[in-house]
Amino acid sequence: MDIHEYQAKEILSGYGIKIAEGGLAYSPEDAVQRAREIGGHVWAVKAQIHSGARGKAGGIKICKTHDEVEAAAEALLGKRLVTHQTGSAGKVCGRLYVEAGTEIAKELYFCFLVDRSSERIVMVGSAQGGMDIEELAATNPEAITKIYIEPAVGLQDYQAREMAFKLGLDSEIISHAVKTIKGCYRALRALDASMLEINPLVVTKSGELLALDAKMGFDENALFRQQKISELRDKTQEDPRETAAADRGLSYVGLDGDIGCMINGAGLAMATMDMIKLAGGEPANFLDVGGGASAERTEKAFRLVLADQNVKAMLVNIFAGINRCDWIAEGVVQAVRKIDMQVPLIVRLSGTHVEEGQRIIRESGLPIITAETLAEAAEKAVQARNEVAARLRSAA
Amino acid sequence: MAILINETTRIIVQGITGKIGSFHAQDMLNYGSKVVGGVTPGKGGQIHLGLPVFNTVKEAVQQTGAVASIVFVPPAFAADSIMEAADAGIKYCVAITDGIPTQDMMTVKNFLRRFPVEERMILTGPNCAGTISPGRSMLGIMPGHIYIQGNVGIVGRSGTLGYEAADQMTRLGIGISTSVGIGGDPINGSSHRDIFEHFEQDPETKVVLMIGEIGGPQEVEAGIWAKGNMSKPVVAYIAGLTAPEGRRMGHAGAIISSAGESAAEKVAMLRDLGVIISPTPAAMGATVAAVLAKL
Repeated sequence: MDIHEYQAKEILSGYGIKIAEGGLAYSPEDAVQRAREIGGHVWAVKAQIHSGARGKAGGIKICKTHDEVEAAAEALLGKRLVTHQTGSAGKVCGRLYVEAGTEIAKELYFCFLVDRSSERIVMVGSAQGGMDIEELAATNPEAITKIYIEPAVGLQDYQAREMAFKLGLDSEIISHAVKTIKGCYRALRALDASMLEINPLVVTKSGELLALDAKMGFDENALFRQQKISELRDKTQEDPRETAAADRGLSYVGLDGDIGCMINGAGLAMATMDMIKLAGGEPANFLDVGGGASAERTEKAFRLVLADQNVKAMLVNIFAGINRCDWIAEGVVQAVRKIDMQVPLIVRLSGTHVEEGQRIIRESGLPIITAETLAEAAEKAVQARNEVAARLRSAA
Repeated sequence: MAILINETTRIIVQGITGKIGSFHAQDMLNYGSKVVGGVTPGKGGQIHLGLPVFNTVKEAVQQTGAVASIVFVPPAFAADSIMEAADAGIKYCVAITDGIPTQDMMTVKNFLRRFPVEERMILTGPNCAGTISPGRSMLGIMPGHIYIQGNVGIVGRSGTLGYEAADQMTRLGIGISTSVGIGGDPINGSSHRDIFEHFEQDPETKVVLMIGEIGGPQEVEAGIWAKGNMSKPVVAYIAGLTAPEGRRMGHAGAIISSAGESAAEKVAMLRDLGVIISPTPAAMGATVAAVLAKL
């Protein structure tokens, strides 16, 4: 789960990390009021969306008068910002963070994340801050320092010091840097964060170390014990279909294609989508209905998939293990009767009680296309989709 | 032979009196697995499914001689249960539980490393379907009847995609020595590579099928190890060709977050390492069959 910059900064500030003075605004009037409260002559008006690279997308505006703050806020609020992390749909900005302008002497990169290879938390830093770290890793890997943390004893002072020196910091601020780094680590551990990135971490002209941006991501498996973090969730930043799915206990990811999918198990779901692609189609979504796909759950899943107006055919692929094909088949038949489907439906059942399941589908009298194997299911789905698309074209 | 479990493996079920634990304990018994007891703290002394229930794993091990365990404990308490098993002398543990916090798994892995290698418990999962040595023992939640005994070792992240592979092979008359689910979480007990080492040692296993997916480095790490250390051919399929970057595809670990983690990149690297690639998920069985035919 991601949170906004202003939320991450508020958290980090509680762990002793210095941030510039700032405040949240929901309207241009709010924004001007925040600028007045902060005082000074320069402010940054920053769009709060769940994505990095906001600057490049025009989401951060530097203002020198209150009028400029107002104009920037008007331009940004409600605007759809597209970055390489948001995909083509972009994300709509509903909140602004107005922050005191900072005179920057030096920009650094700093982050903590869970490293899957070493199964440890790794601290990553570079004296070349402000730019995309993946780009830096590709072009100049020597400029990046990685330090692995032993989980049993946690981050040690010498490791924080080593990082601070590698970041090229002057001796006067080393002890402050160590405090900042240790604060970040404590926040990560205490709050079950999976990543914490400060890009850039800056040295100001007055010699202070400041988190100019902050990004935190959290382990969703740990949210049950992080009530306060769960409350920071901003559903406006998520695909509404995915939010609806999550609220129904389904795992859904919206995609750009037009063949809707309902599958049990994440791996089989990905494989089925691959098969659709290899057969010449494009999946409209990833949807894992899970192990115990009841009739009720099946109906919810159908409604979710079909709510996507792009969908021209729907493919159901269930490999019943704990579940039984006859139960699934009954759920599918019930759902189709209730929903009044407008697009062709292809169903492939396999596993426990498969003959019984296939018989229920056949005898339902519904126009359901059945398939025995994964390949056959994908081919039939693409064929059905192509027929619908051709019909739509000739109708137009 | 097979790996990790066989007909003599004595098994306990952690969380045996819960609804899910109870259901699958019965299913394993029906399959013929040697389930000898269970653990539910506070219910020690009871009899459940005709088996003794113990308060602690230590007692269960002492009383039943169990060497393997399967964990159905809820996510908040699962890491604790896994560590309890390791400390009690369990040799092989399967964690079925989905939703264990990543930091808890880091603690578990660190805890396991404190034991000398020869005494260290092997853990597979969490968030997996378990392990089956067809015709001998099932330590998991899979539909046992779709597997037949044979010479192909399977290691995979996904449950149902593993069933799909087994089904394709069964249709071609190909049997399986052992099928191991390593689970869909970012930090897991055993990696593909760890399971490769077991298959390499097993005289019964002739070919290994790896079913991987997007996210993380484990498939390529296994490929590198296989190139230097394995005498047996490895076939692989990597799911998630159509998965967009930065999006979690169901499994907590199925997310492309850095270079080399997409399906296309993994396939290219594995091919360079001499791994035989199944071009589609529908061709896993046929690809394995072609490799077996050449042996």
